[in-house]
Amino acid sequence: MSNETKSNPSGLLSWLDHRYPLISTWNHHIGQYYAPKNFNFWYFFGALALLVLVNQFVTGIWLTMSYKPDALEAFNSVEYIMRDVNWGWLIRYLHSTGASAFFIVVYLHMMRGLLYGSYKEPRELVWIIGMLLFFVLMAEAFMGYLLPWGQMSYWGAQVIISLFGAIPVIGPDLATWVKGDYVISDVTLNRFFALHVIALPIVLIILVFMHIVALHQVGSNNPDGVEIKKYKNEKGLPLDGITFHPYYSVKDSMGVVFFMFFFAVVVFYMPDGGGYFLEAPNFEPANPLKTPAHIAPVWYFTPFYAILRAIPDKLMGVMAMGASIGILFTMPWLDRCKVKSIRYRGVSYKVLLAMFVVSFVVLGWSGTQPATPETTKLARIFTATYFLFFIILPYTSAREKTKPVPERLT
Amino acid sequence: MSIEIHEVNVTRRKVLTAATGVMGAAGATFLAVPFVSSWQPNERAKAAGAPVDVDISKMKPGQMLTIAWRGKPIWVVRRTPEMLAMLPKLNDDVKDPFSNSSKQPAYAKNEFRSTKAEYFVVIGICTHLGCSPLYRPAVGSDDMVKNWRGGFFCPCHGSSFDLAGRVFPDVPAPTNLVVPPYNYLSATSIRIGENPKAGKA
Repeated sequence: MSNETKSNPSGLLSWLDHRYPLISTWNHHIGQYYAPKNFNFWYFFGALALLVLVNQFVTGIWLTMSYKPDALEAFNSVEYIMRDVNWGWLIRYLHSTGASAFFIVVYLHMMRGLLYGSYKEPRELVWIIGMLLFFVLMAEAFMGYLLPWGQMSYWGAQVIISLFGAIPVIGPDLATWVKGDYVISDVTLNRFFALHVIALPIVLIILVFMHIVALHQVGSNNPDGVEIKKYKNEKGLPLDGITFHPYYSVKDSMGVVFFMFFFAVVVFYMPDGGGYFLEAPNFEPANPLKTPAHIAPVWYFTPFYAILRAIPDKLMGVMAMGASIGILFTMPWLDRCKVKSIRYRGVSYKVLLAMFVVSFVVLGWSGTQPATPETTKLARIFTATYFLFFIILPYTSAREKTKPVPERLT
Repeated sequence: MSIEIHEVNVTRRKVLTAATGVMGAAGATFLAVPFVSSWQPNERAKAAGAPVDVDISKMKPGQMLTIAWRGKPIWVVRRTPEMLAMLPKLNDDVKDPFSNSSKQPAYAKNEFRSTKAEYFVVIGICTHLGCSPLYRPAVGSDDMVKNWRGGFFCPCHGSSFDLAGRVFPDVPAPTNLVVPPYNYLSATSIRIGENPKAGKA
């Protein structure tokens, strides 16, 4: 760590720096944080996730100024935001599109980790904190989806909360406790609003902070999966590293511009994301007496939902769905190959990872479809291959025929 | 000025730290009680369970009524003789034909799962994950699977039930649909949410 204050700062900066570690913090995390010089396309998504988080915070705060968390008024208050509030339509579409964009960038960010072995020693904690972030983000998105109080909000929440009811003995009481009523009601809506706008955002911020601190403690991985700290110059700086600012701050802002281009296209030309970002039944107010003929969660939950639906047993289905997310936490230990990057790994990992990605995509698609014998069969096959990835990986990765890994970045 | 400490009594320090920790944990547990139980259904939610009355005098054979009771859909189906004749034939095909592991009041634990065979009263919530199934009474309904014999189909996860709410095997729902407490106020009126008075059927 190089926090030598080279020049003597003067004036206000000096006054501040005596009272707050301004310069050393900046240097440690930005000005003199050395990142590998070979970051590629996949390395944009961390910064983009942060950008979307800021978008969700700002638009979310503005939305709470006009939204009413009340079962009688919620649906109409969303329409009021859309029609009467100045720029309300834009702020809401930025928020709803932001939710889907969040999962797109987070899934790509996680894919990067799987490609280049970013979860491996010494970055196990970076991965685990990231998985916790993913988990809390799912809870945040789920609770946010109840707030418009449309048909899909209501019945989606009904299904997800009923999942708790599958737990033996305490299940039904637990489901009632979460709802605060015997059915999903005004109590549930008001509670989810509090969790969505206060409790979970605080948890998210803390986890993002820890994710970055943990990363900066061990340093960034890269597409070659080589540790840049191995070769340093006489000043102790990594030979293959460049400072985050200005090199990556400028590069990332290029990524931001491209991202905003696509984001704006969705916000302005297809804010419902073709029925995937905002689902059609949700334009109808919640009706506790009638389930829509075809219900499906928002697209980012469908892979896990398909696993739930594939298993013809309530408890086993819920357990399989939980396991499909939980097992990702153990990746650093399931993958026993010493080589990090897919560039130098053997055929077995490439085949397995391809199988995993295909399973995830097919499950995601089948989760959006109605439950027919055909889609159920498809979901069962790909549920099996999804889990097969994690079952086979420990055996093959221990005996993988890898290519020689370069000493320094290529 | 400095006071010299010659010896630190490590054991005493450990005991005090442990005792403080245990007391603190106990206190935190007590403090958690109000916060955790604040999430339980409140008094207003508990009170909102009053029974509702249904007029069945205008129901046509095969018709289904949906009424809200405690925020849940309650179905009343007027079953035709053909529908009733089908039910015993399905005994070998359903998972729990005699409703031994399903929930219903004792007076509805019988062949047709109802007090009067003609009128079937049931909570219209799938025992899997709480969706409200669709009513597809006709044998061979167009949008159902082949050999559909009439009943309820849950669009969420594909569970199916016969016209006595009995679950078919190989679907995610574990048990038959739940029958609520109900009684007949007269030949044409059913009260849902209240057991029959002792002595009356």
